[in-house]
Formats: sequence, C-alpha cells, structure tokens
Amino acid sequence: MSPTTTASPPSTGRTGDRIFSGLSKGAGIALLAIMAAIAVFLTARAVVAIRANEGNFLTTFEWNANADPPVFGIAVLLFGTVASSLIAMLLAVPVAVGIALFISHYAPRRLATPIGYVVDLLAAVPSIIYGLWGALFLVPRLTGLYEWLDQFFGWTGVLSYDGSPARSLMTVGILLAIMILPIITSVTREVFLQTPKANEEAALALGATRWEVVRMAVLPFGRSGVISASMLGLGRALGETMAVATVLSPAFLINLSLLESGGATFAQNIASQFKEAGSMGRDALIASGLVLFLLTLVVNGAARLIIARHKEYSGAAA
Amino acid sequence: MAKRIDVNGLNAYYGGHKAIEDITLHVEPRSVTAFIGPSGCGKSTFLRTLNRMHEVTPGGRVEGEVLLDNENLYGPGVDPVQVRRTVGMVFQRPNPFPTMSIYDNVLAGVRLNGIRYSRSQLDDLVEKNLRGANLWKEVKDRLHKPGAGLSGGQQQRLCLARATAVEPDVLLMDEPCSALDPISTLAIEDLIDQMKSRYTIVIVTHNMQQAARVSERTAFFNLAGVGQPGRLIEVDATDKIFSNPSEKATEDYISGRFG
Ligand SMILES: Nc1ncnc2c1ncn2[C@@H]1O[C@H](COP(=O)(O)OP(=O)(O)O)[C@@H](O)[C@H]1O
Ligand SMILES: [Mg+2]
Repeated sequence: MSPTTTASPPSTGRTGDRIFSGLSKGAGIALLAIMAAIAVFLTARAVVAIRANEGNFLTTFEWNANADPPVFGIAVLLFGTVASSLIAMLLAVPVAVGIALFISHYAPRRLATPIGYVVDLLAAVPSIIYGLWGALFLVPRLTGLYEWLDQFFGWTGVLSYDGSPARSLMTVGILLAIMILPIITSVTREVFLQTPKANEEAALALGATRWEVVRMAVLPFGRSGVISASMLGLGRALGETMAVATVLSPAFLINLSLLESGGATFAQNIASQFKEAGSMGRDALIASGLVLFLLTLVVNGAARLIIARHKEYSGAAA
Repeated sequence: MAKRIDVNGLNAYYGGHKAIEDITLHVEPRSVTAFIGPSGCGKSTFLRTLNRMHEVTPGGRVEGEVLLDNENLYGPGVDPVQVRRTVGMVFQRPNPFPTMSIYDNVLAGVRLNGIRYSRSQLDDLVEKNLRGANLWKEVKDRLHKPGAGLSGGQQQRLCLARATAVEPDVLLMDEPCSALDPISTLAIEDLIDQMKSRYTIVIVTHNMQQAARVSERTAFFNLAGVGQPGRLIEVDATDKIFSNPSEKATEDYISGRFG
C-alpha cells in the first residue's frame, strides 16, 4: 500500500459504479413512466365512461354500460365486495391468529413444522382450484348450515335464507376466508416467532401462565404484524376474481340477506362482463376497476395509520 | 415475606448434559448471597432452578430439592407458576415490556394475580414500587410513556420495580449490572442494600468487588473441566471468602490466579 490511501480508487471501480447507478436510475425512471402511462390511460378511459353515464356512478343499482345511453353504477359492486371481504376477514383473522399461536407457542416442534408446511402449501393453491372446490363441494354442503342459521338468526334479516342454492356473498366470504387464511397465518406465525425471548422470560418469571405470556408479550409485540398480515389478506380478498366468479350466482342487486344467492363484486363483474362488453362497456368496467384500486389504497392507508399510531410501543423500539 | 432457602443435592440438566451437580446450599431470610465463579460453571442455571425457570428451557430438568421455608418447590402438585410469583427474578439484560408504558410495566405482574384494584390503589402501587427502585423522581412525569424509552440503568430499575410489585419472598438477580454503566451499577447496589431488609436476595455477579460490596455471604462455583458439571466449591461469610477462603480453588479465583 502506498501512503496516498486517500487517492481515488482504480478507475474500473468508478466505471462500474457509474454504469450501475445509471442502470438503476434508468430502471426507476422507466418504472415511474410506465406507471404514469397506465394511470393516465385508465383514468382517461374511465372519465369517458363516467361522462357518458346517464345513471349515477355511485348510486345507480344497475349495470347497462353497453346500452345507448349507458346506465351504470358501482353501488352493488361496492356492497358485494365489501360484504364478502368483511365476512372473510371476520372468519379468517381469528382463526389465523389461533393457528399461528399454536404453531409458534403451543405445538411441540415435531407437530409445528409439518403444520407450518401444510399452511404454506395451501397458500400456493391457484384460486381457480379454490373456486371449483367451492362451487362443487362447499355450495351444496352450506345449505344445511344456512337453514340452521335462518332458524335462529333469521330475524336479523342479514342471516335470513330462502332455500336458494348457496351461491351467495356469505359463501364467497367463507371461501375467501379459506383462501386468505394461509397467507395471514404464515405471516403472523413469523411475527410471533420473533417475539424477544427476553420478554417471554420476563412474563414467565412474573408468574404468567402460557396464555398470559401470549397476552403480555407475544400478542402486543405481534400486533402491527397481525394488522399487516390481515391487510395482505384483505387485499387478496378484495381483488379475488376467479374463485368469486365461479361460486357467486351473479345478479346485479343488493340483497341484505347475505345467505341468499346473488350479488356482485368489482373483480368478478369485470371478469364476467369484459369479453362481451363494447368499447363503452369496457371503459365503464375500467372505471369500476379504478374504484377497487382506490378502495385497496384506502384500506392500506388505514392499516398504516393504525400501525403508526402504535409505533412508540412497537417491539422495534426496544 | 422473606423466606429461607434450603437446597439439597440438586442436579440440573440440559437434555443429556448435566450442567450442575450435587449442590447443597442454605440461604438465610433477609440476607444477600452472591454467586461467583468462572463463566459456564452453572451460576445462571442454578439461579434459575430456584424459581423453576430452568425447566422453561427445552430439555431443562432438575433433580433434588429446593425448600422455601421447608416447602419443596419441586414437590408433587406444586405449580411452577405459583413458585414464580413468590420468587421474583431480574435478568442480565433489562427487559421491560416494549409494548407497555412505565406504569403498566410496574403493574404487569400485579395484573396477573386476578385481584381487582381500584385506580388509586394501582397508582399507589406504582408509586411505592418506583420509589422502592429509586426511579420515581426520574419518571413520575412520564409514567404513561413507553418503558423502552428509558436508559439501560433506568430500565433495570424499572424491572426491579416490576419484580417487587408482586411482593415476592425472594429476589433472584442474574448479573443485573453487567449491561450497565458504573453510575447505574452503584444505583442498583444501593437498592439491593435497601431491599435486603424485606427480601431474601440472591445475586449472580462476575464482579468480585460487587460481591464484596453487596453481599453477606458468597458462594463460589467452579467446574472441573470443559463438559464437566459445575459444583459449589464453598460458601461462607463474604469477608471470609475474600480474605481467607478454605479452598485453594477459591483463593486462586479470588486472587486472579485462575486459568
Ligand atoms: N440453553 C442451554 N442449553 C444447553 N446448555 C446450556 C444452556 N444454557 C447453559 N448451558 C450450559 O450449561 C452450563 C452452565 O451455563 P450457565 O449456567 O449459563 O453458566 P454461568 O451463568 O455460570 O456462566 C454451560 O456449560 C452451558 O454451556
Ligand atoms: Mg450466567
């Protein structure tokens, strides 16, 4: 080594640096440009459709975008999407947290590892398979459950049932719950496994039972992770297309009785209408797709807000 | 309140590995006993057998008996959870719950007991134990801020307050100052001095000056060789151990003439 160690490094390194930084800058700019182009294209098409719309885009309960003049509104889609995704979340999150806790803190290792594998495997099943399974296996078997629900909770209206085939938003919700269960479970499990040993020991040394350790140390530590995992699942449920289209008996209406067949979701509606749609019909579907995109953004933003509010107390501060 | 500890013929294992062997030791109530010895000789392991934390480690197993005022902690039907409520523990690294405020950290153990307290009773408990840990003045204006925001020494005193809040009979400390600066260390040592009138205290330390400063009795542990179990070599009044130990191994270790 010469004493002039502060001299510039060999020029080949410099050139490599320059090429790499040029490439990555270029890739970044290209990505932004492509995204901007997509956004401009979609928004322009959507605006065309919304301008031509004779109905109210938000409150009209029908979808006749190919008619002249076109009449369409997203109310039914918004209801179907939100209702089925909420059902999915309500069913999946508690179960997923339970399985994740079992794998991470209760099961002996020789049981925990295979269960973990199975859960990860389930996450890899294509959604059309879930759809076929839902339509062929789940639908016929749910009528009995729905009749039972109707008997005891029919008075609520939401859980009344007319005996129609169980191709309803509730069935979609149940199927979506099964579909998003693996991803939520596997992310939460990872988070729970990262609970600092020191905190679990602190709880144990205070005389906590296993469940109290979970409540004092594991769940609070994993809280933001559970929220993120749930949002990941919700994102999938909101946008799920094939499985919903296979199971749901499409009817463009809002039926507050969630057990009865009929309803529509954004993604399912796009998938089932796109092929037969004319130019105006496609633009209308694009407009509805943009709303779905906004919905996902809002959900993610809300999740970030919740996580940020608890940042001060996050495990990361330790 | 403070109880005496009698350990008879205790062995502890990690799976097939015997970590400590045949330990017999008696600890008087309202006293401070220090455990010293080279690292790996089983001080932490032994300490954790005194509140049944050892068996939390996978493969952890204990033989022999530990009597707390003549009741065997390892007797049939004894609930380890109950044992840990009577024998408190402070760890090497401060470990306040990061998701809890200072206030809630102090009460973490209290809330496990299932007894319902009024708001003012809880406030009193928090103040009393934080005062007991010489931490009250420093944190009284930020009780509802996260405990993780405190300095290391403050966090360790918070952990002490958390441990004392459940009114244990015995307090175990595993090198409680090894992660702290000298000033925080002195603060903890002062605290141990104040607390020995109320608890039976056992402290592991690698710092012999500390053992000499805080303890009345000192137990020296050693191991015959790598892979061998640790043993209790001798236990005696601290000034005797540091001035005129009975065993050659103790003298070698004290005087620094050690492998
Ligand atoms: N979790 C563990 N699993 C297996 N062996 C361990 C574990 N913890 C400690 N040991 C072993 O037990 C012996 C005593 O360790 P320890 O009690 O930590 O000693 P000390 O606290 O005196 O340094 C060492 O040989 C160590 O390797
Ligand atoms: Mg140790």
